[in-house]
Amino acid sequence: MTKVAQRSLQAGDRMGTGASKVLVIGSGPIVIGQAAEFDYAGTQACKALREEGITTVLANSNPATIMTDRGIADVVYIEPLTVEVMDRIIARERPDGILPTLGGQTGLNLAVAIADAGLLDKYSVRLLGTPLETIRSAEDRELFSKLLADMGEPAPPSITVSSMDEARKMAQEMGLPLAVRPAYTLGGTGGGLVRTTKEFEAIVSGGLSASPIHQVLLERSLEGWKEIEYEVMRDSSDNCITVCNMENLDPMGVHTGDSITVAPSQTLTDKEYQMLRSASLRIIRALGIEGGCNVQFALPPHPVVDKAIGSNWEPNAPYYVIEVNPRVSRSSALASKATGYPIARVASKIAVGKRLDEIPNVVTQKTLAAFEPALDYCVVKIPRWPFDKFPAGDRGITTQMKATGEVMAIERCFEAALQKAVRSLEMAGRSLMWEDPDWRRDDSLLSQPSQAIFDYGQSCMV
Amino acid sequence: MSNDAYLVLEDGSVYRGEAFGAETSGYGEVVFNTGMTGYQEVLTDPSYAGQIVILTYPLVGNYGINAMDFESRRIQVAGFVVREHSEHPSHGLSTSTLHEFLASQGIPGITGVDTRAITRRLRSQGVMMGYIYSDSTDTPAPLPVTSSKSTEAASEQALARLRGVPKYGDVDFVKSVTTGEPYGWDVPSDVPASKHDRILVADFGLKYNILRLLRGRGCEVMAVPATASAGDMMSLNPAGIVLSPGPGDPALLEYMVSTVHNLIGRVPIMGICLGHQILARSLGSDTFKLKFGHRGANHPVQDLSTGRVYITAQNHGYAVDGDSLPSGLEATHVNLNDGTVEGLRHRDLPVLTIQYHSEASPGPRDSEYLFDRFLEMVRDNRA
Amino acid sequence: MTPETLSGHTLVDPWFIHALQRIVEMEAHLLGETLTPSLLRRAKRLGFSDDQVGTLSDMLPEQVRSLRQSWDIRPVYKMVDTCAAEFEAATPYYYSTYEQENEAPALKGHKAVVVGSGPIRIGQGIEFDYCSVHAAWALQEEGVKSIMVNSNPETVSTDFDTSHRLYFEPMDEESLRDVIENETEDDGDGPPPSVVQFGGQTAINLSQSLAQAGLPLLGSGAEAIDIASDRHKFEEFLARLGIPQPPGAAVTSVEEALRVAQDIGYPVVVRPSYVLGGRAMEIVQNATEIIRYLTVATEAGQGRPVLIDKYMEGRECEVDAICDGHEVLIPGVMEHIERAGVHSGDSMAVYPGLNLTPEEVDTIVDYTTRIGLALNVSGLINVQFVILGGAPYRSPLFPREDSPDTSVYVLEVNPRASRTIPFISKVTGLPVVNLATRVMLGRTLKDLGHSGGLWKRQKIVAIKAPVFSMSKLTGVDWYMGPEMKSTGEVMGVDHDFPSAVSKALTASDLTIKPESVVLLSIADKDKAESTTLIRELLQAGIKLYATEGTAAMISAMNAPVTVITKRLSEGHPNVVDVINEGRVNGVVNTVSQATSVLRDGFYIRRAAAERRIPCFTSLDTARAAVESLLFGSGSLQEDQGRPYSIKRSEEYLDGP
Repeated sequence: MTKVAQRSLQAGDRMGTGASKVLVIGSGPIVIGQAAEFDYAGTQACKALREEGITTVLANSNPATIMTDRGIADVVYIEPLTVEVMDRIIARERPDGILPTLGGQTGLNLAVAIADAGLLDKYSVRLLGTPLETIRSAEDRELFSKLLADMGEPAPPSITVSSMDEARKMAQEMGLPLAVRPAYTLGGTGGGLVRTTKEFEAIVSGGLSASPIHQVLLERSLEGWKEIEYEVMRDSSDNCITVCNMENLDPMGVHTGDSITVAPSQTLTDKEYQMLRSASLRIIRALGIEGGCNVQFALPPHPVVDKAIGSNWEPNAPYYVIEVNPRVSRSSALASKATGYPIARVASKIAVGKRLDEIPNVVTQKTLAAFEPALDYCVVKIPRWPFDKFPAGDRGITTQMKATGEVMAIERCFEAALQKAVRSLEMAGRSLMWEDPDWRRDDSLLSQPSQAIFDYGQSCMV
Repeated sequence: MSNDAYLVLEDGSVYRGEAFGAETSGYGEVVFNTGMTGYQEVLTDPSYAGQIVILTYPLVGNYGINAMDFESRRIQVAGFVVREHSEHPSHGLSTSTLHEFLASQGIPGITGVDTRAITRRLRSQGVMMGYIYSDSTDTPAPLPVTSSKSTEAASEQALARLRGVPKYGDVDFVKSVTTGEPYGWDVPSDVPASKHDRILVADFGLKYNILRLLRGRGCEVMAVPATASAGDMMSLNPAGIVLSPGPGDPALLEYMVSTVHNLIGRVPIMGICLGHQILARSLGSDTFKLKFGHRGANHPVQDLSTGRVYITAQNHGYAVDGDSLPSGLEATHVNLNDGTVEGLRHRDLPVLTIQYHSEASPGPRDSEYLFDRFLEMVRDNRA
Repeated sequence: MTPETLSGHTLVDPWFIHALQRIVEMEAHLLGETLTPSLLRRAKRLGFSDDQVGTLSDMLPEQVRSLRQSWDIRPVYKMVDTCAAEFEAATPYYYSTYEQENEAPALKGHKAVVVGSGPIRIGQGIEFDYCSVHAAWALQEEGVKSIMVNSNPETVSTDFDTSHRLYFEPMDEESLRDVIENETEDDGDGPPPSVVQFGGQTAINLSQSLAQAGLPLLGSGAEAIDIASDRHKFEEFLARLGIPQPPGAAVTSVEEALRVAQDIGYPVVVRPSYVLGGRAMEIVQNATEIIRYLTVATEAGQGRPVLIDKYMEGRECEVDAICDGHEVLIPGVMEHIERAGVHSGDSMAVYPGLNLTPEEVDTIVDYTTRIGLALNVSGLINVQFVILGGAPYRSPLFPREDSPDTSVYVLEVNPRASRTIPFISKVTGLPVVNLATRVMLGRTLKDLGHSGGLWKRQKIVAIKAPVFSMSKLTGVDWYMGPEMKSTGEVMGVDHDFPSAVSKALTASDLTIKPESVVLLSIADKDKAESTTLIRELLQAGIKLYATEGTAAMISAMNAPVTVITKRLSEGHPNVVDVINEGRVNGVVNTVSQATSVLRDGFYIRRAAAERRIPCFTSLDTARAAVESLLFGSGSLQEDQGRPYSIKRSEEYLDGP
């Protein structure tokens, strides 16, 4: 067991049933990377906590939300989400717990800032859900790599740099392409895959300045690998389940928020599925999370794709852990709707000490939250990009998310789910049959997933 | 275009789809499995002998058939029912399609049916016998599918035929799936095998993964026929015996019950699934048939001593009656969905049993630790 | 090209490519074969819409639909139950599919379909999900079963316990009609009515299709919606009521456009009368620009008209109102900080309208009431106004004695919920969607304990401020104009204007700090007006950097300024350098539509977006920001200036 988990278990012992008033942090305005999913999550959280007899205090600056309405939380503050404001709210309300894991990265960042400002001690209030150490480790690339190493989980070979000089030196050693990931940014802002020296210079310097701690990670490129996500839940008694797994149609190299995603995975054998499932459970345990967590993996691609990438290095593990979101995420909302399992609701109950086997499955009303959903349909999610608004902008889909929203479709086969999802995009009646006037049967547009599903269809006819 | 195929159930309901796999008919008890991956393991799991399996997950065969995922040497199911089978599987390990695999082993399949509708019927009516046939199979006679009258006639014929076949609960399927001769599991492994840890696996219909996991834990592993006597087994000097999963009603398998009765107390025993039921019966408990069984990869089981919950792989249609446990035998695990007994131990005897599949394959690997617990028991016993 | 080759190109697993190929093969079948029941059924099972089938087999979608009916090819609805049917589930969450068994028999009794708003996009955000959820709840309160249809997984509306039933479906005519048919009881009162007022443009667009199919709407009829969205009918309608609107017309050719623009005078606002990708609305200054716009727009619009209206540089206001056919209740008047020309979704909206004269408010209430009644609105209506006369920027900090004559014009009427509904509900305490929904069910405002007219003014100042996501969208220019670009919003609320502004700016990351450095680059047309802002900045102790022309003007005002070149190729540091190096803490950059000026400013705005430093593209926003710093709490530090309030949201309504 890691130190984090040990600490969290001790915290869990204390937590038990103690909390009677909880401050829930909302996610603020809708921005790319943080959309309506956190209104959904926060609303469920407030309702779930009130069912447990807990007084809920909600802070959010976004008025266009259900969660800030009368009747959802007991007490609502529509105020800016800053440490100063939180200080005054906590002083006025004196909650005994703060639940930051439903407010996206905004919630977690604010929780860290609250802790750094000494407010937790000042008002003897505790963070619920995810230990502070875990929040820090998941966002700090170096700490995260170290954490993965401690738990024996493979991370893609990488190095952290804090200056351009350092970055250039490392790039010489590792060779291009490399993935660049800035620390502590929302939705992958400032990162990207770099193939040329020019891209390298531009993206690394952008990433260094985008990162509030001026740190970026240079990583072996896993472009083209399968990208698989698991949604995992854990309670304070160390019971763990996976809610759902998802496979990105767009492989590694595209931000999950900008990927077409299917649930459950379609191309994994049971051995692969279980290998990643077991790894997800090990990770959430090691991180000491009480609630929900999202783990993203890269898995070697089909031989056809592998040949196309022509990779110049030998993987040292059967899979790599790419990212851990120690909180309810956009993928959690998708997984909840894809399976019927209300992740935010269950995560909130867990955060105040409930065990998975004590929480009823409100969908069946016969089973418990200690259960893994079984799907008998295929779910397809397609991002909704704003390119129709900005014809002049850069439509490149990279590791930096650009979609403002998404649609989901459920059907009994992939083709039907995909076509239904395309219809749901409401792109002026576009279907998969739409012929892009710009499409000239060359390869350039095929690397633009925003258009690619249409182009794939066209290409199949060639 | 494929031929039309039909699944006729004992209650007279008929589902029309397309034939795939072998061009033949087949009958068996119709059961559903809710796992989303692992169709090759399901097909080759001997516990499905005598059964027509419906997968509730609609897209089957996506990653093809490969050399790694066999749980026995052949397909064991009597028929396979899916919503859609993949004609273009996609996986680096794949060597054939699901259709080719079924066809090569003479197993009929039906695809394109509303598997959820059938599942809902089984859930409300309970499992029942069923019959798969297609226009190309000669039993019953070939039919033009356009005429609903003759479709009706054909399904009448199929129903009549179904009434004539032996009921699932009346057949000893173990005899048809167990090994004829004992064999060792000699695959290369990083872990050297220790003679002191010789584990016999009584093959009631075992899955290879039991052998793999034991071997991977340093045991010398040997499978023996279900018909082997207690004396036969003890003569091999086992440090422990695993009673494997297998097909059918344990109440029919008195010979195995008496063998196990003669083994209890002489050597540590781990019972898995059918093995658990046989061991329970040999200590005097009763078993009963579940309405539609537990088959899938998501069943929550609680360990009563720790309160911990495990997500388990399950495949059984019968269960141990919790009210019938003799004194000394205690339930250690329960199913959180329906409260049925999922594990047993004995106050004095070195036995450990579980109703679910600690070997997984397919399904979650959360319960592999039970093999370690059993081997601890074996090592304690030796010491 | 084989699927495997394509897989190599795209790096997408061959499994998915094979699936796409099956779709393409079906297209070929539909294109080359006569439609038979079996072929149609297979196409539907592969997810082909009636529209797609129609295109391929040379039929209208409606004909495909009739064929489906006669061949009995209808979707069934299956439940999302978490357990693959292993257990009986209580959740009423369904999706359509072409299979054998239907698990969703029509709900019994009174019910209505709430048409949701689909994916979150710029211009159609979470506000409409908010409205849909409240509509479902209000229906339930009135004993009407709510049936939600939506395709967006991120939302509260698609939560399993928001409505009686949830259909997870595309928001198009086919899906909606299928759902309505499925919910039509064999021996019941016919199809359930649809609620289209709350799902934004998506839902309102479906109203015409539903009406054509003879399906009932709850609330305002399709006719009201048609009048409001047809330029010609709308003009006649307002003329009949004697309500002024900016002069304009719908045109279909460049010649016509030039003539109309000439008649009404430049600048004019141009926008397409249809919704399509690409630039929607612009303010154009001269004939050259109108030709450019029309050439592109008429090509893309395939003969559909372009709307040209006189651009009126005045103050913009808007109201949302509830109308029951007898009375019109207006929760409050919102005034925009930015003058007309900035999309209402991108402007900062202030409640209550602090700079409005009683006469202006009366006129707004009068126009709204008459429009609501004359349009026969049942439910919600949103009206946007421009007030001409006097300075286009005003602040409650500088009340004017000499109120000039002003006139109020109606810019736009939307007979549906607008994006300000959640905001106005929160700041007035009126449950607007709830009331509107119950009115749509036949209740009168009187029944509900309300009456017409303007709701009591609350003792607060609340500001809705836009939030942009421009650091994510590389290459996108994001100056504020008639096209909406923001993705979200925040609210700043307090009992005085400067505190409310400070809070709104803090929450949207747009604060100007005292003693900081601001870079100015002001378009020529705004230079004269910018002198007030410049004085205010200096007064706040802010150091100024400016580009050449702007710096010359500041020097002419005898104020200190550092010149920074905007010519990126001419030496360093240039504007982009000072932003990237973190030497400036804020940017004010206004634009004109001239292409060269746009390009210069583009680099400044992009650099600011990427560095996440506040960038103001409207003088009005910048003035509100600096004035809140000068005259209010400014900083949110409690020990500096007047302390801002921190209160529970309902405590604000009790007054200071």
